[in-house]
Amino acid sequence: MKSAGLAPKQSFVDTILDIRGLSKTYPGRGNAPPVTALDNVDLQIRKGEIFALLGPNGAGKTTLIGAVCGMVRPTGGSVSAFGHDMAKDWRRMRSRIGLVPQELSVDIFEKVHRSVAYSRGLFGKPADPARIEEVLRTLSLWDKRDSQLRALSGGMKRRVLIAKALAHDPDLLFLDEPTAGVDVELRRDMWQTIGRLREQGVTVILTTHYIEEAEEMADRVGVISKGRILLVDDKHEMMKRLGRTEASFTLAAPLDSLPAALADYPVTLEEGGRSIVFRGGDGSGLGKKQVAEIARILVNGGIEFDGIDQHESSLEDIFVRLVDEKGAKAA
Amino acid sequence: MSFNLTSAFTIYRAELLRFLRTAFGSLVSPVLTTCLYFIVFGAAIGGRMNEVGGVPYGAFIVPGLLLLTMLSESTSNASFGIYMPRFTGSIYELLSAPVGVAETLFGYVGAAVTKSLILAAIILLTATLFVDFHIAHPVAAFFFILLVASAFSLLGFILGLWADGFEKLQMVPLLLLTPLTFLGGTFYSIDMLAEPWRTVALFNPIVYLVSGLRWTFYGQADVSIAVATGLTLLFLTICIVIIGTIFQTGWRLRE
Ligand SMILES: Nc1ncnc2c1ncn2[C@@H]1O[C@H](COP(=O)(O)OP(=O)(O)OP(=O)(O)O)[C@@H](O)[C@H]1O
Ligand SMILES: [Mg+2]
Repeated sequence: MKSAGLAPKQSFVDTILDIRGLSKTYPGRGNAPPVTALDNVDLQIRKGEIFALLGPNGAGKTTLIGAVCGMVRPTGGSVSAFGHDMAKDWRRMRSRIGLVPQELSVDIFEKVHRSVAYSRGLFGKPADPARIEEVLRTLSLWDKRDSQLRALSGGMKRRVLIAKALAHDPDLLFLDEPTAGVDVELRRDMWQTIGRLREQGVTVILTTHYIEEAEEMADRVGVISKGRILLVDDKHEMMKRLGRTEASFTLAAPLDSLPAALADYPVTLEEGGRSIVFRGGDGSGLGKKQVAEIARILVNGGIEFDGIDQHESSLEDIFVRLVDEKGAKAA
Repeated sequence: MSFNLTSAFTIYRAELLRFLRTAFGSLVSPVLTTCLYFIVFGAAIGGRMNEVGGVPYGAFIVPGLLLLTMLSESTSNASFGIYMPRFTGSIYELLSAPVGVAETLFGYVGAAVTKSLILAAIILLTATLFVDFHIAHPVAAFFFILLVASAFSLLGFILGLWADGFEKLQMVPLLLLTPLTFLGGTFYSIDMLAEPWRTVALFNPIVYLVSGLRWTFYGQADVSIAVATGLTLLFLTICIVIIGTIFQTGWRLRE
């Protein structure tokens, strides 16, 4: 449908997954009270992006994925993907989604090759040995194709789970903590694999505890805590908006008050006048510039200092701050 | 309602392959047990027993013994098939796939039924080593066995969804099916029972199965084949309805 003049920046065509008002309350078992794992979640995922869902343990990440992929029955809200509504068109919707679960849940007596081929068939795709070989080769599993899964290491098992999820060529891939318990080298490998998938046009939604991972790979980041989405933003935007530079000048001699020349800068005098601490910037480099200016002002003003400790806040700091602040507000 | 043939056959094949992977174990135990029954009841004791309704005792017990194994094997095979992925968590794949109740039943129950038919063939072949018997209505016998295997595989499937531990999985075949089959006229005709036990026996559903199968073998039975078939069909339908409901509500499948 064409709408003359009114061209929304984010057209619906670009939204590959549309989650609205999604809620999930697990009934309490025995004496346990019910747990609200998802609380009115709205989330739109764009076609072709890598979206990282960050959140502490128990935030509801796995539940969110489960609700979209069919392991969890939502207690409210709606989900649609590729324009198919999950309530009505779940078959067509599911056939294009791949899932790598958080747990290493596999039939350990099955052989790698067979397990991956099974996944393709289960999703209704005709057998395609060449495609299976390709998937196994990309994930360096080809040599292990005849091994039983129980003979593989944990990291290798996770690769098999990825291979299984890719076997039916999904357009949307969920990775629930793809690099949990994976060593550094394998993690780099995994990032490359995910990068390649993006190049092929696959939309990826991943959850992770490693902020490094979100920083490295994601286009957009969503922060979830206690079942609520606290923030969704472009990664760079978020860093810019919430990023901070912190710099501490250790002074040679304590000061009684801040020099007047620093009045315009976000600085405080700390440790009984022994250090000047700068907290500011916006993640775009402004902070660094200002720290340099402050250094110059101190030198020109004859205030001696022995050292500068400078630190750019990472996504991790932002995340911790967000969860603390907003979490406290919500409670 | 749509049905994805590729998905259904994929599950069916995988389940059957899983069975073949352990074929030796899955076949040896039931076959050995049946052999022992034939040796003890058919050959050793049977020789001293009178004919039952004109059928030599050794031959008389063949349908009952066949059912004894079939009921418990169908039930436990099907229950195991669906319980294992629930237990290991690998059921996530089935749940996330574009697969509904029809494909799932075709795959899991279909495979369990196939196993039961293979088992039935082997047991009948084994039986010929010990006793002389002749099947009067082989086609009817085949369909009756198929019907029973399907009904009890469906029961097993429900059991596999319901169970939350391995004990419960074994409970029904062991504590319910085997005793009922023993008391269901496997080794005797219920006409041989005195009242009130004869009437009590008629409340045992297995009596109708044994009787029905015995009719297909020897053309005579305690109850009519129509009643036996009707009851089995009813049972099968109830199972399908229950499973349909389970899938609709997601009970024990989806959190
Ligand atoms: N089957 C269940 N029954 C009851 N409560 C559950 C169930 N699954 C999850 N929960 C609860 O729901 C909340 C969200 O859990 P979820 O697994 O979605 O968190 P998560 O963000 O994936 O955590 P993690 O980072 O540890 O994987 C938690 O409080 C958890 O205890
Ligand atoms: Mg999780």
